[in-house]
Amino acid sequence: MTTEVLKAPLVVEFPFTRSLGPVQSAFLTGLREQVVLGVRTTDGRTLVPPVEYAPVTADEIRDLVQVAPTGTVTTWAWNHAPRRDQPLETPFAWVLVRLDGADTALLHALDAPGPDAVHTGMRVRVRWAAERTGAITDIACFEPYDSASDSEVAAHDGQFESMVTGIVAQARLDYSYSPGRAQTAYISALADRRIVGERCPSCRKVYVPPRGACPTCGVATAEQVQVGPGGTVTTFCIVNIKARNLDIEVPYVYAHIALDGADLALHGRIGGIPYDQVRMGLRVEPVWTEGGRYPDHYRPTGEPDADYETFKELL
Amino acid sequence: MTREIAVVAFAQTDHRRTSDELSEVEMLMPVLHEVLDRTGLKTSDIGFTCSGSSDYLAGRAFSFTLALDGVGAWPPISESHVEMDGAWALYEAWTKLLTGDADTALVYAYGKSSPGPVRDVLTRQLDPYYVAPLWPDSVALAALQAQALIDEGHTDEPALAAVAARSRADARANPHAQLRGSVPHGDYVVHPLRTGDCPPIGDGAAAVILAAGERARELCERPAWIRGIDHRIEAHSLGVRELTDSPSTRLAAEKAGAFERPVDTAELHAPFTSQEVVLRKALRLGDDVRVNPSGGALAANPIMAAGLVRIGEAAARIHRGESDRALAHATSGPCLQQNLVAVLEGEARHVQ
Repeated sequence: MTTEVLKAPLVVEFPFTRSLGPVQSAFLTGLREQVVLGVRTTDGRTLVPPVEYAPVTADEIRDLVQVAPTGTVTTWAWNHAPRRDQPLETPFAWVLVRLDGADTALLHALDAPGPDAVHTGMRVRVRWAAERTGAITDIACFEPYDSASDSEVAAHDGQFESMVTGIVAQARLDYSYSPGRAQTAYISALADRRIVGERCPSCRKVYVPPRGACPTCGVATAEQVQVGPGGTVTTFCIVNIKARNLDIEVPYVYAHIALDGADLALHGRIGGIPYDQVRMGLRVEPVWTEGGRYPDHYRPTGEPDADYETFKELL
Repeated sequence: MTREIAVVAFAQTDHRRTSDELSEVEMLMPVLHEVLDRTGLKTSDIGFTCSGSSDYLAGRAFSFTLALDGVGAWPPISESHVEMDGAWALYEAWTKLLTGDADTALVYAYGKSSPGPVRDVLTRQLDPYYVAPLWPDSVALAALQAQALIDEGHTDEPALAAVAARSRADARANPHAQLRGSVPHGDYVVHPLRTGDCPPIGDGAAAVILAAGERARELCERPAWIRGIDHRIEAHSLGVRELTDSPSTRLAAEKAGAFERPVDTAELHAPFTSQEVVLRKALRLGDDVRVNPSGGALAANPIMAAGLVRIGEAAARIHRGESDRALAHATSGPCLQQNLVAVLEGEARHVQ
């Protein structure tokens, strides 16, 4: 049976709240105050951006120094098609910049008219963002700036009014989700109010929902088998806490349901019966709502309860 | 007495731009069956299973547990997973076999880059404080490295184009490759890298079987013995590193014994043309070494599997008698941040 492959947009968004160590806190707070800090290693190098442990010796390093907001490009790459969330919306150069007074380079964007205007060794300076919060993006970008290199550095205690102690890093990735062959067939059948599992050619078990492989035998399942619609509650729990964005009154019952003909129980909500009367062995059937692509919940069929012996292997 | 461990079988999918019609386990399973068939082993015969993959690629949470369905992991098997290229899963399996806890290991890796914006997805592995908020994509970071190489006179754009052309020409003989033959070098993606300097984006999977000692000889006519394997990492901050060199690769190669005798073949995991320049230098490969006869990652780059594929391709050449001593390299992170080197050997033919 061939089915059109299903696809749907999938957005994964995750704001990570991250705490900062003492050096990162000083550096990012410094950017808010238009001050660029570096850290001295025990072998006398100045790292910008600063880290808390020396990359070579792993020593804990805490001696902060203030470096200049001007520097030299050590390498670059012209980005003619900026991508979402990158520092500039117009074409720009990615650059590594060694700030005056630093021994290492910082990655950022350089605002320049075109690739012909950029070269390794060119002089640049920080362009500060208008609104600064204590983040690497407080540097809006670099811009060309002719000046002599000034490698004077001054010790800095890293202390500012109201130190930034954490950042919230937003991330969003846009995917196109495709569930694959077996699940496409399952979901497509559900739209016709049929529940279709797949049988393992080796152990003959019927999996619902099918995932394309028998986890016991490690072989592809292919033979499609319609199961249910009736089934048996094998075990259940009573949900007492309302889930966010879920319009279901608590308490309610969430159950494992072994559909007739299936060798694996699936999950579903039980409705149409008071929560405290649901029991193992209860016979249920799916309830489809208008336009629903899957059963909204399962309700009792009114049949006598299934004997424990008939479903104990499915627990 | 250290145990001798060999790669005894290798299999891979055809690597393709998309594989919408297959879930990850559906893509992986035929490769698992193929690699097991080559040795006559069943899942239940395998002592240890280890895999490499990343849920971020396809945006599918816990996809590695679903992939295990394809192994047949019930009753429970001895199993592990790394959120890294499968080459590092192979490293873990190698150490497991060294301990004597197992005599055989199944190593697999898969990656589906097609469902997501892979250039952006890879930014999520960067320093979350100073770098990731700028979203520098994987091509941009490789381009910074390429420009540094050009500035220092290690290469130029025509030389990079020649690496691309040679790789895709060699891939003509590789039926699994995604880009084969004459491929236009294209426009700049991020200057100085053009489309042709970048790896194809695609989906694929690979699997390897390792075996120890006599077991390896039973399972394979000419095992590819792992004479040494090592991996090293550099500082995460790009501005701290010397981008035109790869000291971590050189150190891993030294620890793996790569410099003790010349190799005849090298499978290098260089997704960008410029990275082959860095690796050849770090590994001191002479012009007589056959580099990436498979076409390398420029011909097929299933992320999370492409490093394991390098080890598999090198081993397969030894299995076929086309190589006696091969180097396989895998990389991870931006601009060759972390590198693994394995040295594989076939036994002299008169000994067999």
